[in-house]
Amino acid sequence: MSATSALIQIKGLRDGLLVTLGDAPWAELQDLLIRHIDEQPAFFQGARLVLDVGTHALRVAELSSLRDLLSERGLALWAVLSESPLTEQTAQNLGLATRLSKPRPAEPPPAELPPENMALWVRQTIRSGMRIEFPGPVVVFGDVNPGGEVIAGGSVIVWGRLRGVVHAGAAGDEQAVVCALELAPTQLRIAGEIAVSPQKKSDSGPEVACLKEGRLVAEPWQ
Amino acid sequence: MTAKVVTITSGKGGVGKTTAVANIAVALASRGQKVVCIDGDIGLRNLDVVMGLENRIVYDLVDVVEGRCRLRQAMIHDKRLPELYLIPAAQTRDKSAVSPSDMVRLCDELRPDCDWIVIDSPAGIERGFRNAIAPADKVLVMTNPEVSAVRDADRVVGLLDAEEKGPASLIINRINPAMVKRGDMLSVEDVLDLLAIELIGIVPEDENVLVASNRGTPLALDGKSRAGLAFQNIARRLLGETVPFLDFEAPNLLQRLFTGRK
Repeated sequence: MSATSALIQIKGLRDGLLVTLGDAPWAELQDLLIRHIDEQPAFFQGARLVLDVGTHALRVAELSSLRDLLSERGLALWAVLSESPLTEQTAQNLGLATRLSKPRPAEPPPAELPPENMALWVRQTIRSGMRIEFPGPVVVFGDVNPGGEVIAGGSVIVWGRLRGVVHAGAAGDEQAVVCALELAPTQLRIAGEIAVSPQKKSDSGPEVACLKEGRLVAEPWQ
Repeated sequence: MTAKVVTITSGKGGVGKTTAVANIAVALASRGQKVVCIDGDIGLRNLDVVMGLENRIVYDLVDVVEGRCRLRQAMIHDKRLPELYLIPAAQTRDKSAVSPSDMVRLCDELRPDCDWIVIDSPAGIERGFRNAIAPADKVLVMTNPEVSAVRDADRVVGLLDAEEKGPASLIINRINPAMVKRGDMLSVEDVLDLLAIELIGIVPEDENVLVASNRGTPLALDGKSRAGLAFQNIARRLLGETVPFLDFEAPNLLQRLFTGRK
Protein backbone atom coordinates (compact mmCIF):
# COMPACT_ATOMS: atom_id res chain seq x y z
CA MET A 1 0.00 0.00 0.00
CA SER A 2 1.70 3.15 -1.15
CA ALA A 3 -1.00 5.69 -2.01
CA THR A 4 -2.49 6.24 1.41
CA SER A 5 -3.47 9.81 1.98
CA ALA A 6 -2.20 11.76 4.93
CA LEU A 7 -5.51 11.29 6.70
CA ILE A 8 -5.66 7.53 6.40
CA GLN A 9 -2.73 5.27 7.04
CA ILE A 10 -2.96 1.56 6.63
CA LYS A 11 -0.55 -0.92 8.06
CA GLY A 12 -0.55 -4.69 8.09
CA LEU A 13 -0.70 -6.37 11.46
CA ARG A 14 -0.31 -9.97 12.51
CA ASP A 15 -4.07 -10.44 12.65
CA GLY A 16 -5.53 -7.79 10.36
CA LEU A 17 -5.09 -4.27 9.08
CA LEU A 18 -4.48 -1.26 11.29
CA VAL A 19 -6.14 1.84 9.93
CA THR A 20 -5.03 5.08 11.55
CA LEU A 21 -7.30 8.02 10.96
CA GLY A 22 -5.96 11.56 11.08
CA ASP A 23 -7.45 14.83 12.19
CA ALA A 24 -10.50 15.81 10.12
CA PRO A 25 -14.25 15.87 10.61
CA TRP A 26 -15.57 12.36 11.20
CA ALA A 27 -17.99 12.32 8.25
CA GLU A 28 -15.15 13.28 5.92
CA LEU A 29 -12.87 10.57 7.30
CA GLN A 30 -15.57 7.95 6.99
CA ASP A 31 -16.27 8.94 3.36
CA LEU A 32 -12.59 8.91 2.56
CA LEU A 33 -12.09 5.49 4.11
CA ILE A 34 -15.08 3.96 2.32
CA ARG A 35 -13.99 5.47 -0.99
CA HIS A 36 -10.50 4.12 -0.40
CA ILE A 37 -11.91 0.64 0.21
CA ASP A 38 -14.18 0.80 -2.83
CA GLU A 39 -11.18 1.65 -5.00
CA GLN A 40 -9.37 -1.53 -4.03
CA PRO A 41 -12.04 -4.07 -3.13
CA ALA A 42 -9.74 -6.98 -3.81
CA PHE A 43 -7.13 -5.79 -1.32
CA PHE A 44 -9.65 -5.25 1.45
CA GLN A 45 -11.95 -8.20 0.84
CA GLY A 46 -12.36 -10.28 4.00
CA ALA A 47 -9.92 -8.17 6.03
CA ARG A 48 -10.13 -7.75 9.78
CA LEU A 49 -9.86 -4.09 10.61
CA VAL A 50 -8.46 -2.31 13.63
CA LEU A 51 -9.36 1.33 13.62
CA ASP A 52 -7.24 3.88 15.46
CA VAL A 53 -9.45 6.95 15.71
CA GLY A 54 -7.14 9.06 17.86
CA THR A 55 -9.07 11.63 19.85
CA HIS A 56 -12.35 11.44 17.94
CA ALA A 57 -15.25 11.09 20.38
CA LEU A 58 -17.66 8.70 18.68
CA ARG A 59 -21.19 7.81 19.61
CA VAL A 60 -22.91 4.51 19.02
CA ALA A 61 -24.73 5.68 15.89
CA GLU A 62 -21.47 6.76 14.22
CA LEU A 63 -19.50 3.68 15.07
CA SER A 64 -22.28 1.22 14.28
CA SER A 65 -23.01 2.83 10.92
CA LEU A 66 -19.33 2.61 9.97
CA ARG A 67 -19.29 -1.01 11.12
CA ASP A 68 -22.30 -1.73 8.90
CA LEU A 69 -20.75 0.06 5.92
CA LEU A 70 -17.63 -2.03 6.38
CA SER A 71 -19.50 -5.27 6.77
CA GLU A 72 -21.42 -4.57 3.56
CA ARG A 73 -18.04 -4.50 1.88
CA GLY A 74 -16.96 -7.77 3.44
CA LEU A 75 -14.70 -6.21 6.06
CA ALA A 76 -14.95 -7.04 9.73
CA LEU A 77 -14.32 -4.30 12.25
CA TRP A 78 -13.04 -6.01 15.36
CA ALA A 79 -11.24 -3.36 17.35
CA VAL A 80 -11.27 0.39 17.86
CA LEU A 81 -8.36 2.13 19.48
CA SER A 82 -8.96 5.57 20.88
CA GLU A 83 -7.77 8.13 23.37
CA SER A 84 -11.35 9.23 23.98
CA PRO A 85 -13.07 7.50 26.91
CA LEU A 86 -16.45 8.00 25.18
CA THR A 87 -15.28 6.18 22.09
CA GLU A 88 -13.81 3.37 24.16
CA GLN A 89 -17.08 2.99 26.02
CA THR A 90 -19.02 3.02 22.75
CA ALA A 91 -16.76 0.39 21.24
CA GLN A 92 -17.10 -1.81 24.30
CA ASN A 93 -20.88 -1.47 24.19
CA LEU A 94 -20.83 -2.64 20.60
CA GLY A 95 -18.70 -5.60 21.57
CA LEU A 96 -15.55 -4.38 19.83
CA ALA A 97 -12.11 -4.80 21.32
CA THR A 98 -10.40 -1.64 22.48
CA ARG A 99 -6.94 -3.02 22.81
CA LEU A 100 -4.80 -5.14 20.56
CA SER A 101 -4.35 -8.52 22.07
CA LYS A 102 -0.77 -9.39 22.77
CA PRO A 103 0.36 -12.85 23.67
CA ARG A 104 0.01 -12.68 27.42
CA PRO A 105 3.33 -13.08 29.23
CA ALA A 106 2.16 -13.83 32.79
CA GLU A 107 0.09 -10.66 33.15
CA PRO A 108 2.41 -7.77 33.90
CA PRO A 109 0.79 -5.33 36.33
CA PRO A 110 -0.63 -2.24 34.61
CA ALA A 111 2.03 0.45 34.29
CA GLU A 112 0.29 3.10 36.32
CA LEU A 113 -2.25 1.93 38.84
CA PRO A 114 -4.68 4.65 39.73
CA PRO A 115 -4.58 5.81 43.33
CA GLU A 116 -6.70 3.76 45.71
CA ASN A 117 -9.57 6.23 45.65
CA MET A 118 -9.92 6.53 41.87
CA ALA A 119 -12.88 4.29 41.17
CA LEU A 120 -14.89 3.55 38.04
CA TRP A 121 -18.51 4.60 38.38
CA VAL A 122 -20.87 2.41 36.37
CA ARG A 123 -24.39 3.72 36.33
CA GLN A 124 -26.15 0.85 34.59
CA THR A 125 -27.08 -2.76 35.02
CA ILE A 126 -24.39 -5.12 33.78
CA ARG A 127 -26.34 -7.53 31.63
CA SER A 128 -25.35 -10.93 30.28
CA GLY A 129 -22.42 -10.62 27.89
CA MET A 130 -21.15 -7.29 29.25
CA ARG A 131 -17.73 -7.11 30.84
CA ILE A 132 -16.32 -4.23 32.84
CA GLU A 133 -12.57 -4.21 33.39
CA PHE A 134 -10.79 -1.58 35.44
CA PRO A 135 -7.44 -1.49 37.22
CA GLY A 136 -8.93 0.22 40.31
CA PRO A 137 -12.10 -0.16 42.37
CA VAL A 138 -15.48 -0.35 40.62
CA VAL A 139 -18.84 0.90 41.84
CA VAL A 140 -21.89 -0.44 40.02
CA PHE A 141 -25.10 1.47 40.50
CA GLY A 142 -27.45 -1.24 39.21
CA ASP A 143 -27.47 -5.03 39.11
CA VAL A 144 -24.85 -7.43 37.83
CA ASN A 145 -26.94 -10.06 36.03
CA PRO A 146 -25.94 -13.68 35.43
CA GLY A 147 -23.55 -13.76 32.48
CA GLY A 148 -22.21 -10.27 33.27
CA GLU A 149 -18.63 -9.80 34.53
CA VAL A 150 -16.82 -7.18 36.57
CA ILE A 151 -13.04 -7.50 36.77
CA ALA A 152 -11.51 -4.92 39.09
CA GLY A 153 -8.00 -4.28 40.38
CA GLY A 154 -9.54 -3.04 43.64
CA SER A 155 -12.76 -3.62 45.53
CA VAL A 156 -16.20 -3.90 43.92
CA ILE A 157 -19.35 -2.36 45.31
CA VAL A 158 -22.67 -3.29 43.75
CA TRP A 159 -25.59 -1.11 44.74
CA GLY A 160 -28.05 -3.71 43.52
CA ARG A 161 -28.17 -7.46 43.09
CA LEU A 162 -24.96 -9.26 42.29
CA ARG A 163 -25.73 -12.46 40.36
CA GLY A 164 -22.96 -12.50 37.76
CA VAL A 165 -19.21 -12.97 38.11
CA VAL A 166 -17.04 -10.52 40.03
CA HIS A 167 -13.28 -10.63 40.38
CA ALA A 168 -11.98 -8.12 42.92
CA GLY A 169 -8.26 -7.58 43.45
CA ALA A 170 -7.66 -9.10 40.04
CA ALA A 171 -3.99 -8.10 40.12
CA GLY A 172 -3.49 -9.89 43.42
CA ASP A 173 -4.77 -7.44 46.03
CA GLU A 174 -5.93 -9.66 48.90
CA GLN A 175 -7.36 -6.71 50.82
CA ALA A 176 -10.03 -6.16 48.17
CA VAL A 177 -13.65 -6.71 49.20
CA VAL A 178 -16.91 -7.23 47.34
CA CYS A 179 -20.13 -5.75 48.71
CA ALA A 180 -23.62 -6.00 47.31
CA LEU A 181 -27.16 -5.33 48.46
CA GLU A 182 -27.86 -8.92 47.50
CA LEU A 183 -24.80 -11.10 47.21
CA ALA A 184 -25.66 -14.12 45.07
CA PRO A 185 -22.92 -14.27 42.45
CA THR A 186 -22.51 -17.09 39.96
CA GLN A 187 -18.90 -17.03 41.00
CA LEU A 188 -16.85 -14.73 43.19
CA ARG A 189 -13.11 -14.22 43.01
CA ILE A 190 -10.86 -12.17 45.23
CA ALA A 191 -7.18 -12.12 44.25
CA GLY A 192 -6.41 -15.79 43.58
CA GLU A 193 -9.33 -17.34 45.49
CA ILE A 194 -12.52 -18.54 43.84
CA ALA A 195 -15.84 -19.27 45.51
CA VAL A 196 -19.29 -20.25 44.34
CA SER A 197 -22.34 -18.95 46.18
CA PRO A 198 -23.98 -21.52 48.38
CA GLN A 199 -27.65 -22.07 47.60
CA LYS A 200 -29.40 -19.81 50.03
CA LYS A 201 -32.61 -17.96 50.30
CA SER A 202 -32.58 -14.37 49.20
CA ASP A 203 -33.44 -11.51 51.53
CA SER A 204 -30.26 -12.06 53.49
CA GLY A 205 -29.61 -8.32 53.23
CA PRO A 206 -26.44 -6.52 52.18
CA GLU A 207 -23.26 -8.57 52.53
CA VAL A 208 -19.54 -8.09 52.30
CA ALA A 209 -17.20 -10.75 50.98
CA CYS A 210 -13.51 -10.70 51.77
CA LEU A 211 -10.51 -12.96 52.27
CA LYS A 212 -9.94 -14.23 55.78
CA GLU A 213 -6.91 -16.46 56.35
CA GLY A 214 -6.83 -17.28 52.69
CA ARG A 215 -10.51 -18.22 52.45
CA LEU A 216 -13.38 -16.33 50.89
CA VAL A 217 -16.08 -15.50 53.40
CA ALA A 218 -19.28 -13.49 53.17
CA GLU A 219 -20.68 -11.65 56.15
CA PRO A 220 -23.80 -9.54 56.66
CA TRP A 221 -23.04 -5.87 56.40
CA GLN A 222 -23.69 -3.67 59.38
CA MET B 1 -49.91 7.01 7.32
CA THR B 2 -46.52 6.57 8.82
CA ALA B 3 -45.89 3.03 9.83
CA LYS B 4 -44.37 2.08 13.13
CA VAL B 5 -41.71 -0.60 12.76
CA VAL B 6 -41.82 -3.31 15.43
CA THR B 7 -39.17 -6.03 15.58
CA ILE B 8 -39.57 -9.19 17.63
CA THR B 9 -36.32 -10.78 18.72
CA SER B 10 -35.08 -13.09 21.47
CA GLY B 11 -31.47 -14.19 21.25
CA LYS B 12 -32.39 -17.80 21.84
CA GLY B 13 -34.13 -19.81 19.15
CA GLY B 14 -37.41 -21.63 19.51
CA VAL B 15 -39.07 -19.30 22.00
CA GLY B 16 -41.92 -18.43 19.62
CA LYS B 17 -40.85 -15.30 17.71
CA THR B 18 -42.33 -16.36 14.39
CA THR B 19 -45.65 -17.41 15.92
CA ALA B 20 -45.78 -14.12 17.79
CA VAL B 21 -45.10 -12.08 14.64
CA ALA B 22 -47.84 -13.91 12.74
CA ASN B 23 -50.36 -13.53 15.54
CA ILE B 24 -49.60 -9.93 16.42
CA ALA B 25 -49.76 -8.98 12.74
CA VAL B 26 -53.10 -10.77 12.35
CA ALA B 27 -54.43 -9.14 15.53
CA LEU B 28 -53.39 -5.68 14.35
CA ALA B 29 -54.84 -6.25 10.89
CA SER B 30 -58.12 -7.50 12.34
CA ARG B 31 -58.39 -4.14 14.08
CA GLY B 32 -58.43 -2.40 10.74
CA GLN B 33 -54.71 -1.62 10.58
CA LYS B 34 -52.67 -2.01 7.42
CA VAL B 35 -49.85 -4.38 8.36
CA VAL B 36 -46.80 -5.65 6.51
CA CYS B 37 -44.78 -8.48 8.07
CA ILE B 38 -41.21 -9.07 7.03
CA ASP B 39 -39.45 -12.38 7.59
CA GLY B 40 -35.88 -11.46 8.53
CA ASP B 41 -34.72 -15.05 8.84
CA ILE B 42 -33.06 -15.37 5.45
CA GLY B 43 -32.06 -18.96 4.73
CA LEU B 44 -34.41 -20.41 7.34
CA ARG B 45 -37.71 -18.89 6.44
CA ASN B 46 -40.74 -19.90 8.50
CA LEU B 47 -43.14 -17.02 8.74
CA ASP B 48 -44.78 -17.89 5.41
CA VAL B 49 -45.49 -21.41 6.68
CA VAL B 50 -46.97 -20.25 9.98
CA MET B 51 -49.15 -17.76 8.12
CA GLY B 52 -50.16 -20.36 5.54
CA LEU B 53 -48.84 -18.35 2.59
CA GLU B 54 -45.96 -20.59 1.53
CA ASN B 55 -47.51 -21.62 -1.79
CA ARG B 56 -47.95 -18.04 -2.93
CA ILE B 57 -44.32 -16.90 -2.81
CA VAL B 58 -42.95 -15.60 -6.09
CA TYR B 59 -40.48 -12.93 -5.03
CA ASP B 60 -38.78 -12.45 -1.68
CA LEU B 61 -36.88 -9.95 0.43
CA VAL B 62 -33.57 -10.60 -1.31
CA ASP B 63 -35.18 -10.11 -4.74
CA VAL B 64 -36.35 -6.68 -3.58
CA VAL B 65 -32.98 -5.74 -2.14
CA GLU B 66 -31.11 -6.88 -5.22
CA GLY B 67 -33.56 -5.14 -7.54
CA ARG B 68 -35.06 -8.16 -9.29
CA CYS B 69 -38.58 -7.00 -8.46
CA ARG B 70 -40.46 -4.04 -7.11
CA LEU B 71 -41.41 -3.94 -3.43
CA ARG B 72 -45.13 -4.36 -4.26
CA GLN B 73 -44.45 -7.56 -6.18
CA ALA B 74 -42.89 -9.23 -3.15
CA MET B 75 -45.80 -8.34 -0.86
CA ILE B 76 -48.14 -11.33 -0.52
CA HIS B 77 -51.67 -10.33 0.42
CA ASP B 78 -53.21 -12.50 3.14
CA LYS B 79 -56.76 -12.70 1.84
CA ARG B 80 -58.28 -13.62 5.18
CA LEU B 81 -57.88 -10.00 6.22
CA PRO B 82 -58.32 -6.84 4.16
CA GLU B 83 -54.88 -5.33 4.78
CA LEU B 84 -52.32 -7.90 5.82
CA TYR B 85 -49.19 -8.49 3.75
CA LEU B 86 -46.08 -10.64 4.04
CA ILE B 87 -42.66 -10.08 2.55
CA PRO B 88 -41.07 -13.53 2.79
CA ALA B 89 -37.39 -14.27 3.30
CA ALA B 90 -35.28 -16.02 0.68
CA GLN B 91 -34.65 -19.64 1.42
CA THR B 92 -31.67 -20.16 -0.86
CA ARG B 93 -29.45 -17.36 0.47
CA ASP B 94 -28.03 -16.36 3.83
CA LYS B 95 -28.09 -13.36 6.15
CA SER B 96 -25.26 -11.59 4.35
CA ALA B 97 -27.50 -11.07 1.31
CA VAL B 98 -29.11 -8.14 3.14
CA SER B 99 -27.49 -5.35 5.14
CA PRO B 100 -28.89 -3.19 7.96
CA SER B 101 -29.03 -0.18 5.64
CA ASP B 102 -31.00 -2.22 3.05
CA MET B 103 -33.58 -2.94 5.75
CA VAL B 104 -33.78 0.72 6.74
CA ARG B 105 -34.26 1.73 3.07
CA LEU B 106 -36.92 -0.91 2.53
CA CYS B 107 -38.90 0.09 5.62
CA ASP B 108 -38.62 3.77 4.72
CA GLU B 109 -40.18 2.94 1.36
CA LEU B 110 -43.03 1.05 3.06
CA ARG B 111 -43.68 3.52 5.87
CA PRO B 112 -45.92 5.99 4.02
CA ASP B 113 -48.43 3.31 2.90
CA CYS B 114 -49.05 1.27 6.01
CA ASP B 115 -49.67 1.47 9.75
CA TRP B 116 -47.41 -1.27 11.05
CA ILE B 117 -44.35 -3.14 9.85
CA VAL B 118 -43.68 -6.22 11.95
CA ILE B 119 -40.27 -7.84 11.52
CA ASP B 120 -39.43 -11.40 12.52
CA SER B 121 -35.81 -11.50 13.68
CA PRO B 122 -33.73 -14.66 13.43
CA ALA B 123 -32.25 -16.14 16.59
CA GLY B 124 -28.75 -15.06 17.52
CA ILE B 125 -27.03 -11.71 17.83
CA GLU B 126 -25.19 -11.57 14.52
CA ARG B 127 -25.91 -10.06 11.13
CA GLY B 128 -29.51 -11.28 10.87
CA PHE B 129 -30.32 -9.77 14.26
CA ARG B 130 -28.70 -6.48 13.30
CA ASN B 131 -30.63 -6.42 10.03
CA ALA B 132 -33.88 -6.95 11.88
CA ILE B 133 -33.39 -4.27 14.51
CA ALA B 134 -31.83 -1.60 12.26
CA PRO B 135 -35.16 -0.10 11.09
CA ALA B 136 -37.08 -0.74 14.34
CA ASP B 137 -38.94 1.99 16.22
CA LYS B 138 -39.82 -0.49 18.92
CA VAL B 139 -38.24 -3.80 19.79
CA LEU B 140 -40.14 -6.57 21.56
CA VAL B 141 -37.88 -9.06 23.28
CA MET B 142 -39.42 -12.48 23.65
CA THR B 143 -38.45 -15.10 26.20
CA ASN B 144 -39.73 -18.31 27.73
CA PRO B 145 -39.82 -18.75 31.50
CA GLU B 146 -36.60 -20.73 31.25
CA VAL B 147 -33.22 -19.76 32.67
CA SER B 148 -31.29 -20.09 29.41
CA ALA B 149 -33.84 -18.11 27.38
CA VAL B 150 -33.90 -15.36 29.99
CA ARG B 151 -30.09 -15.22 29.96
CA ASP B 152 -30.11 -14.69 26.20
CA ALA B 153 -32.91 -12.14 26.45
CA ASP B 154 -30.80 -10.24 28.97
CA ARG B 155 -27.89 -10.17 26.54
CA VAL B 156 -30.17 -8.92 23.77
CA VAL B 157 -31.61 -6.18 26.00
CA GLY B 158 -28.04 -5.07 26.72
CA LEU B 159 -27.15 -5.03 23.01
CA LEU B 160 -30.31 -3.05 22.20
CA ASP B 161 -29.35 -0.48 24.82
CA ALA B 162 -25.89 -0.26 23.31
CA GLU B 163 -27.34 0.23 19.82
CA GLU B 164 -29.66 2.89 21.25
CA LYS B 165 -32.70 0.83 20.24
CA GLY B 166 -34.00 0.60 23.79
CA PRO B 167 -35.98 0.57 25.93
CA ALA B 168 -37.28 -2.78 24.74
CA SER B 169 -40.56 -4.32 25.86
CA LEU B 170 -40.94 -7.90 27.01
CA ILE B 171 -43.18 -10.77 25.93
CA ILE B 172 -43.09 -13.86 28.13
CA ASN B 173 -44.26 -16.83 26.12
CA ARG B 174 -45.37 -20.32 27.15
CA ILE B 175 -46.13 -19.65 30.78
CA ASN B 176 -47.61 -22.73 32.40
CA PRO B 177 -49.56 -21.49 35.46
CA ALA B 178 -49.74 -24.92 37.07
CA MET B 179 -45.95 -25.36 36.89
CA VAL B 180 -45.36 -21.85 38.22
CA LYS B 181 -47.67 -22.61 41.12
CA ARG B 182 -45.70 -25.76 41.94
CA GLY B 183 -42.49 -23.72 41.84
CA ASP B 184 -41.17 -25.70 38.87
CA MET B 185 -41.14 -22.79 36.44
CA LEU B 186 -39.86 -19.23 36.62
CA SER B 187 -42.75 -16.88 37.31
CA VAL B 188 -43.48 -13.67 35.44
CA GLU B 189 -42.12 -11.81 38.46
CA ASP B 190 -38.85 -13.81 38.43
CA VAL B 191 -38.26 -12.91 34.78
CA LEU B 192 -39.19 -9.26 35.20
CA ASP B 193 -37.05 -9.02 38.29
CA LEU B 194 -33.98 -9.93 36.25
CA LEU B 195 -34.65 -8.17 32.97
CA ALA B 196 -36.21 -5.03 34.46
CA ILE B 197 -37.93 -3.84 31.29
CA GLU B 198 -41.55 -3.02 30.51
CA LEU B 199 -43.88 -6.02 30.11
CA ILE B 200 -46.14 -5.95 27.06
CA GLY B 201 -47.51 -9.48 27.00
CA ILE B 202 -47.80 -12.80 28.81
CA VAL B 203 -48.77 -15.73 26.61
CA PRO B 204 -49.81 -19.00 28.28
CA GLU B 205 -48.68 -22.38 27.04
CA ASP B 206 -51.40 -23.63 24.70
CA GLU B 207 -51.52 -26.73 22.50
CA ASN B 208 -53.64 -24.86 19.99
CA VAL B 209 -50.61 -22.73 19.06
CA LEU B 210 -48.78 -25.71 17.58
CA VAL B 211 -51.87 -26.95 15.79
CA ALA B 212 -52.56 -23.52 14.33
CA SER B 213 -48.94 -23.06 13.22
CA ASN B 214 -48.96 -26.40 11.44
CA ARG B 215 -52.20 -25.52 9.69
CA GLY B 216 -51.03 -22.05 8.76
CA THR B 217 -53.93 -20.30 10.43
CA PRO B 218 -52.68 -17.99 13.19
CA LEU B 219 -54.66 -18.37 16.42
CA ALA B 220 -55.41 -14.69 16.71
CA LEU B 221 -57.69 -15.09 13.67
CA ASP B 222 -60.48 -16.48 15.84
CA GLY B 223 -59.23 -15.36 19.27
CA LYS B 224 -61.10 -18.00 21.23
CA SER B 225 -58.04 -19.67 22.73
CA ARG B 226 -56.19 -18.09 25.62
CA ALA B 227 -52.96 -17.72 23.67
CA GLY B 228 -54.89 -16.09 20.84
CA LEU B 229 -56.45 -13.70 23.32
CA ALA B 230 -53.01 -12.91 24.78
CA PHE B 231 -51.73 -11.97 21.30
CA GLN B 232 -54.82 -9.84 20.68
CA ASN B 233 -54.03 -8.03 23.93
CA ILE B 234 -50.44 -7.37 22.85
CA ALA B 235 -51.76 -5.79 19.65
CA ARG B 236 -54.15 -3.62 21.66
CA ARG B 237 -51.31 -2.49 23.92
CA LEU B 238 -49.25 -1.60 20.83
CA LEU B 239 -52.19 0.51 19.71
CA GLY B 240 -52.01 2.40 22.98
CA GLU B 241 -54.85 0.77 24.88
CA THR B 242 -54.48 -0.14 28.53
CA VAL B 243 -55.39 -3.80 28.80
CA PRO B 244 -55.06 -5.76 32.05
CA PHE B 245 -52.94 -8.91 31.85
CA LEU B 246 -54.86 -12.19 31.64
CA ASP B 247 -55.56 -13.94 34.90
CA PHE B 248 -54.48 -17.52 34.28
CA GLU B 249 -55.64 -18.63 37.69
CA ALA B 250 -59.27 -18.24 36.68
CA PRO B 251 -60.65 -21.53 35.37
CA ASN B 252 -61.56 -21.52 31.70
CA LEU B 253 -64.96 -22.44 30.38
CA LEU B 254 -64.17 -26.12 30.01
CA GLN B 255 -62.91 -26.46 33.56
CA ARG B 256 -65.94 -24.60 34.84
CA LEU B 257 -68.25 -26.96 33.01
CA PHE B 258 -66.50 -29.98 34.42
CA THR B 259 -66.40 -28.78 38.00
CA GLY B 260 -70.00 -27.64 37.66
CA ARG B 261 -71.02 -31.17 36.78
CA LYS B 262 -69.34 -32.77 39.75
